[in-house]
Amino acid sequence: MSMNVKYKIQDLNLHYGEFHALKNINLDLPEREITAFIGPSGCGKSTLLKTLNRMNDLVEGCRIDGTVRLDGEDIFDRMDVNILRRRVGMVFQKPNPFPMSIYDNIAFGPRTHGIHSKSKLDEIVEKSLQNAAIWDEVKDRLHKSALGMSGGQQQRLCIARALAIEPEVLLMDEPTSALDPISTMKVEDLVQELKQNYTIVMVTHNMQQATRVSDKTAFFLLGEVVEFNQTSELFSMPKDQRTENYITGRFG
Amino acid sequence: MSQPMDSVMALPQQKVRMGRKGNAPKPTQGIQSLILRLLVYGAAIFTFAVLLFLIGYILIRGIPYLTPDLFSLEYTSENCSMLPSIVTTVEMTLLSLVIAIPISVFTAIYLVEYAKKGNKLVGLMRLTTETLSGIPSIVYGLFGMLFFVTQLGWKLSLLSGSLTLAIMILPLIMRSTEEALLAVPDMYREASFGLGAGKLRTVFRIVLPSAMPGILAGVILAVGRIVGETAALIYTAGTATDLPKGLLSSGRTLAVHMYCLSSEGLHTNQAYATAVVLLLIVLAMNTISALIARKLTKN
Repeated sequence: MSMNVKYKIQDLNLHYGEFHALKNINLDLPEREITAFIGPSGCGKSTLLKTLNRMNDLVEGCRIDGTVRLDGEDIFDRMDVNILRRRVGMVFQKPNPFPMSIYDNIAFGPRTHGIHSKSKLDEIVEKSLQNAAIWDEVKDRLHKSALGMSGGQQQRLCIARALAIEPEVLLMDEPTSALDPISTMKVEDLVQELKQNYTIVMVTHNMQQATRVSDKTAFFLLGEVVEFNQTSELFSMPKDQRTENYITGRFG
Repeated sequence: MSQPMDSVMALPQQKVRMGRKGNAPKPTQGIQSLILRLLVYGAAIFTFAVLLFLIGYILIRGIPYLTPDLFSLEYTSENCSMLPSIVTTVEMTLLSLVIAIPISVFTAIYLVEYAKKGNKLVGLMRLTTETLSGIPSIVYGLFGMLFFVTQLGWKLSLLSGSLTLAIMILPLIMRSTEEALLAVPDMYREASFGLGAGKLRTVFRIVLPSAMPGILAGVILAVGRIVGETAALIYTAGTATDLPKGLLSSGRTLAVHMYCLSSEGLHTNQAYATAVVLLLIVLAMNTISALIARKLTKN
């Protein structure tokens, strides 16, 4: 069974000013699987996630060495950052719908990329909301403000918004940390569904979540990847002592 | 006989117990809080009463003299018509806003969205605008007279006046726009960038609409200053009583009109009537902009 590599990260080093935030990262992220990044706060997992769609470009004093290839193409070389972000959608820690209607939230991405026909947009909105398993809840209030929804609904709306630009990869930065258990379960189920069509990379604080959801897991510590393996193996037979200490709750 | 006495005695104690959650009350605290409460209520009532008195006084003095004569098309020294002034006020306001809004909003966008943090220019610009907003309006008037009226030769005119006012309200709108832009949460920007939108689209489609109520608040303040301005206008737009025929003709706004009427001393009653209209215009403008702001925030 050959695994397609979607992201190939080689010798990646990242500095925020003087701070060495990522050290010699080498990772191959598989296509159409869910990869979880775990580790204690400040270990660099979110930083790496944000490097994958170059959201770090916005941070002043951020310096990156090494290569990150998406389907073999270097994302720092000649690739237009807006095209990259079109191919790589992102869902943030806190649900962040725009202060506009549900419809306009979803349509913002497609409109950005040049789709203006009403019928096409209607179609995209419906499909995205269905894919994010929230269509039935919101179909009667598409033109109401997205800020009137519950936190869990808002997060699924944000997932739908990310799906509306038909990305190949979905980056999720602790997508359920601000949600209640039931909303969390819904988002987790959704992520499982989505992996059939998307490559998903998810940062999580919650180790149970990593075991429930992901196929592969990378454990980060102090800016390094300590261990990267199949989730089941990493959690049952960790090879590194530090991984074992972390997953058994001895620190973190 | 003893029953009513008892209930009266019991009442204060009960009150104290409810108010203080079981802690034994010190009597001085009760007095202090009473004094403080009286002060707070007193201040609130005083402020409200002053405003009410002012409005009431103007209305009582002005309304009886609001005659149809005051709204005739032509001003004569007999009818003291304010209609030309109303038209001039509207023109002056619109003109100043048209000049000032784009410049100040774009400056604010540059400062908040484009300039790098810690940029020395930004600090300098903030300092300059803050200084500008502290300058008394008569100084703007003097500058306008020397520069627009004399140097550029535009005479006492709508153009000179509105340019002077535009400079005056520039820092006002800029500061409030800046505050409004800074108040837009970064997560909106991140979400927009994350969807592949560029800087321009993010700023104009996401950030600016979210900041609109704040920007509008600045514009309302600016309108208030324009409508109420006299010192900066007397030397730049003049006090001509006719309807202005074009950008380069002189005209007086309502506030200037009122100032002239009352300083001449012959038409004090008409000045009060003018004040009533000015008051109504300001009130109407505030209401309209509040409605617009509410509409904008709803979406």
